[in-house]
Amino acid sequence: MKKLYFVMAALIVASLVLAACGGGAASGGDAIKVGEVTDLGGIDDKSFNANGWAGAQKAAEELGVEAKYLESTQQSDYAKNIQQFLDEDTNLIVTVGFLLGVDTATAAKANPETHFAIVDYAYPDCFDPAEEGKSCGSTTELPNVLGLTFQIDQAGFLAGYAAAGSTQTGKVATFGGINIPPVNAFMIGYEKGVMYYNEENGTAVEVLGWNTEANDGSFTGNFDSLDDGRSFAESFVQEGADIIMPVAGPVGLGSAAYCQESGACKIIGVDVDWTVSSPEYTDVILTSVLKNINVAVYDAIKAEVDGTFAGGIYVGTLANGGVGLSDVAGASDELKAGLDAVKQGIIDGTIATK
Amino acid sequence: MKNTDTPEKKETKKITFPQEWLVPVLAVVTGLIVGAIVILVSGENPFVAYGALFEGSFGNPLDYVEGFKSFFTTGDTQLLLRAIYPFTESLVTATPYIFAGLSVALGFRCGLFNIGAEGQFFVGALTSAYIGYSLTGLPTIIHLPLAILGGALGGAIWGMIPGYLKARFGAHEVVNTIMMNWIAFRLSDWLLNGPMKSSGFRPVTPNVEVTAELPRFFPEPLRFNLGFFLALLFAYLVYWFLFKTTLGFEIRSVGANPDAAKYAGMNIIRNFVLVMFLAGGLAGLAGSAQVLGVDHWVGQGFSAGYGFDAIAIALLGKSHPAGVVLSALLFGFLRSGATDMQSIARIPIDIISIIQGVVIVFIAAPDIIRWLYRIRVKKAEDTVLTRGWGK
Repeated sequence: MKKLYFVMAALIVASLVLAACGGGAASGGDAIKVGEVTDLGGIDDKSFNANGWAGAQKAAEELGVEAKYLESTQQSDYAKNIQQFLDEDTNLIVTVGFLLGVDTATAAKANPETHFAIVDYAYPDCFDPAEEGKSCGSTTELPNVLGLTFQIDQAGFLAGYAAAGSTQTGKVATFGGINIPPVNAFMIGYEKGVMYYNEENGTAVEVLGWNTEANDGSFTGNFDSLDDGRSFAESFVQEGADIIMPVAGPVGLGSAAYCQESGACKIIGVDVDWTVSSPEYTDVILTSVLKNINVAVYDAIKAEVDGTFAGGIYVGTLANGGVGLSDVAGASDELKAGLDAVKQGIIDGTIATK
Repeated sequence: MKNTDTPEKKETKKITFPQEWLVPVLAVVTGLIVGAIVILVSGENPFVAYGALFEGSFGNPLDYVEGFKSFFTTGDTQLLLRAIYPFTESLVTATPYIFAGLSVALGFRCGLFNIGAEGQFFVGALTSAYIGYSLTGLPTIIHLPLAILGGALGGAIWGMIPGYLKARFGAHEVVNTIMMNWIAFRLSDWLLNGPMKSSGFRPVTPNVEVTAELPRFFPEPLRFNLGFFLALLFAYLVYWFLFKTTLGFEIRSVGANPDAAKYAGMNIIRNFVLVMFLAGGLAGLAGSAQVLGVDHWVGQGFSAGYGFDAIAIALLGKSHPAGVVLSALLFGFLRSGATDMQSIARIPIDIISIIQGVVIVFIAAPDIIRWLYRIRVKKAEDTVLTRGWGK
């Protein structure tokens, strides 16, 4: 018994000593330091955070930067985690998602020497009577922040075209988490893509769940209920749709599960390639609309390393590989050729996706 | 009053007896050791990890020295503020834990299992936020207490509903508090996307007015605020209520043995409703302190599961307010220190959850600890935490 206490006491003392030493040794090396602050999804969300981290890891391997991440488990962690990286003299801080919009801007203004990149957000973001530093981040563009945005309607357009070219029932569907621009941009492009297919091929494929003219559609109201994903898919199938694009994060996995069980529908994944992130549903995944956050983050880090980093807005497009569509399962050669032509048209600017 | 005196004294004496605390303390130590083994197995150095954890929760001793040096020589507070930042952050994290832990502990004392602290937390936070941003032009002296009170009342009503359902219809509070959680989550989804949404597309509430913010003691980025002292004050109030008032004695009697309490002429139904009302109010205050003191706005994922961790805190603290404060501080230090551990030692934050989980297993099964450390049981008596079904 006494021995045990002694060992424990020794352990505690040792850890204290190490703690005291740890501080000095932590700051060493001349490598560029990159830190990613995740949102509440965590680093293994198979989506935004994981994808951004993939870009940072690639940069660590190829460019020799020192990459770290900090997971946020609640909203008050955002500012705290950014502060942690600031204290460690991080060169480039990557923040993921619009919920970090205000905290990122506040930190960027207080630390003009540090560079920031924020995924899916951009400044200025104060438009209404919103108060700067409170409800929104900045009234002006920030010279040390790069907003990583994506023209996802371009990829959504391709998805709509692919859906229209693959449907058996003549009806395709989509639904979102909540009706906000980052979500409905997918759906706007999707509807446009279907319309374009109809024009080109003289078909009359219908879109359920979104109407750009009314700027409204079907929304679950949350990003976490797999049950909602299941019931939305079920009702779309009852209305005659056989392809569904859920733009609501993991909610879509509920839809995929329903499609797999019923065999009545196919799913279009969003953000990442779902055959990779959720391989168990590969047989029901038609294709995925890719928001290549990893490419954007990697490019931002590369600019930091090259010394060419500049604030402003990065726009991921089909042309620069920031957005894209993964391979369409079971696509005919005709559809493939059509998709290639459409993609080229969008890149050339001859086809409007909004 | 007189007849309640004797059992009261006995109770407090028993609680403050050191033996009572041996199992919780050893459970924490064992939890840390198991955590160290997990870290070791995952190929990292537990000393580095816990070193970073310590530094992240208390600060680096060298920084303190530097900070004080520069403060006394040049009067510059910059370095000193930086040195105390980790410590103050830990207290900030502990604040909602204290409130929520008190909420669950109060329920336990009456034999009620309040799993609904998380939902009550949300309702309290949303109510406080609403009062905080919708009323303008009020002086702090009116606005702040109003916002706090509103949060407490919101949580209290949310907690009272399951209490009433139990008292009136015998519906088990575990089921109903869980259900009330879901209602609160979905209600907040709707509110944040609809009526309470700020301008712009983000599903968050507007910021509360400055007059409704809990005052902070240091400049940015230090977020240490009055909420922590409010939490301590409420811990004392709960202690006083439970152990120094007749009503508190009744509540504890109902918790210890409802049949005996009923036989003694105590109103069980009233006590159930009252306790759930107060417990809900405490959890609501947790949300209130978080929104008015730290965040100033509410968004989705506002809570890091404070209401659920609170169950563990109440268990670890043996449902005694002082114990709750200590275990809430422990959880606060662990959670807050984990930021450094993540960054410096690159240990995932999940290890903290593992440590917490292990601690709770040992608390729930104290025999394991007694066996591990060869502690002889003096009296085969334990606090009754909850009653089974159908009571």
